[in-house]
Amino acid sequence: MPVRIVVPVKAVPDLVEEIELTPDETDIDREFLKFVLNEWDAQALEEALLVKDATGAEVVVVGLHEDPDIDQALYTAIAKGADSAVKISGGEGSTRTSDRAAVFAGYLSAEPADLVLTGVQAADDLDGQLPPMLAAHLGLPHVSVVVGVQANGNAVTIRQEFAGGRSHELEVSLPAVVGVQAARQAPRYAPISRIRQAMQAGGLREVDASPGTTGPSLTVRRMYRPEAAGHAEMLTGNADEVAAKIADLLRGRGLMKG
Amino acid sequence: MVSGNIMVLAEHTGKQVSEGSYELLGKARELAAALGCQAEVALFGPRDLAAQLGGADVVVSVDHPALSEYLPEAYEQALMAVLADRNPRLILMSNATVGLDLGAALSVRWQAPLAAYVTSLTAEPAAVVATAQILGGKVLAEVELGGERGIATVVGGAFPAAAGQGDGSCAVVEFAAPAGLEALRMSLQQVLEPQEGDVDITAADVLVSVGRGIDGRDNLEVVQELADALGVPLSASRPVVDAGWLPKSRQVGKSGLKVKPKAYLMFGISGAPEHLEGMRSAELIIACNTDAGAPIFDVAHYGTTVDLFDLIPALAERVKH
Repeated sequence: MPVRIVVPVKAVPDLVEEIELTPDETDIDREFLKFVLNEWDAQALEEALLVKDATGAEVVVVGLHEDPDIDQALYTAIAKGADSAVKISGGEGSTRTSDRAAVFAGYLSAEPADLVLTGVQAADDLDGQLPPMLAAHLGLPHVSVVVGVQANGNAVTIRQEFAGGRSHELEVSLPAVVGVQAARQAPRYAPISRIRQAMQAGGLREVDASPGTTGPSLTVRRMYRPEAAGHAEMLTGNADEVAAKIADLLRGRGLMKG
Repeated sequence: MVSGNIMVLAEHTGKQVSEGSYELLGKARELAAALGCQAEVALFGPRDLAAQLGGADVVVSVDHPALSEYLPEAYEQALMAVLADRNPRLILMSNATVGLDLGAALSVRWQAPLAAYVTSLTAEPAAVVATAQILGGKVLAEVELGGERGIATVVGGAFPAAAGQGDGSCAVVEFAAPAGLEALRMSLQQVLEPQEGDVDITAADVLVSVGRGIDGRDNLEVVQELADALGVPLSASRPVVDAGWLPKSRQVGKSGLKVKPKAYLMFGISGAPEHLEGMRSAELIIACNTDAGAPIFDVAHYGTTVDLFDLIPALAERVKH
């Protein structure tokens, strides 16, 4: 039996966009935002596909029905080489990790994975990260901040990273949950034509999951944009004028010859 | 039994308690003083490290071979046992690897709300209030850790370490290792130290640093030309290293190196909190990013929104002549 890898993914606000808050200022206003696949989930998917390339593992990508633009993310994953994609309903569209973990855990209880690979974090995590919460719900061992996963039979060998460039090589028995920091190579590219092909073929499987019990939730008092203690003095002009100003700054501090 | 203390999970190298643990302990002492309780440290591994934790009121020590190096499952088991017995009102952990492993798992298993990416903590009569960074530092959330228990994972450098370093002696509670440590589902195979031999970016007076905005390995050449003209090394933010364009030894930030050059020139780096952790104390920071709203401009001394592909060659020319 090939190893069954499940990759839960999340759509997150594109950070390039201006972020607005809701009128009561306890959440961000998602209505007009553009959403993209969580960048760490893209890394987890790539790592899953690398394991598939090496061992013939089955890769199933799962998203939540209520996530904005989730179809696009799931079809893109299929175009990249995932074997199938599942859209889970049953959650209430909560963006809290604790709620999402309960829904994914509900799905994984019904259709278990040998290995769950997902992003170590998401930009809009507030109450914690998905991999450890999911593992706690499922009673599975888990490791986060992982770069590189190698499957060997009933275990995986992984590298867990620490500050300063140190890392640990661990062997973890399957089933397990791994929070991926970075894949061994940059996420592969899916040509638009293949994404379109996947969309035309359809085939997103919709599954209704009964969520497990949600953990205690956090009370948000308010959200606000940070007030900067200062702001950079902006250097204006064309490239050559700005270059001259930077050169002067360096020269003034004796950091440039001449 | 509710003890209601403020607990810190210590991190260490086996010989030395980490700087970040002192940052947390300093804050734990401040909160404990305000709330009329004690500051406790959970110390896993060598018990003699308790001697370095004079700033704590109590050190709860679990010493077992499975805990000599950090191992997620072993630490989680030990911590669950300690929490069940000590019942702190709040536990503080680093928002680095250890906290990213354990914080969210405890939130489910110990049934406590978690505030992650925390940069400030204040005691109020009814709650500890945490400020957390989300969306790459673009938004701050003020959240309450109200009930009988809570967890906060704290960003490195948020609090001063000196406040946690005390000469006093603390009570050491020797805590029996839980039985689960004998039946772990993971094992440490080897410890990998960072590769040596490359340039030491922490020793450079000036760094030219590139980020996601460089948009491709081939474009590194032009930045390298600038670095060569200045006679300084190239460094990078995480995405450039993850993509394999520069070695890990060049990475600045939370999971890379902390640098403090006389000048830090950054191109195409937006200024995510993880990167700022590694460079914000540079003496002169000059940032180039086409997004005028990029958080880096709140930290940099000088900034420009000129396209880096126009600016870098122009600057290299200025330096050469």
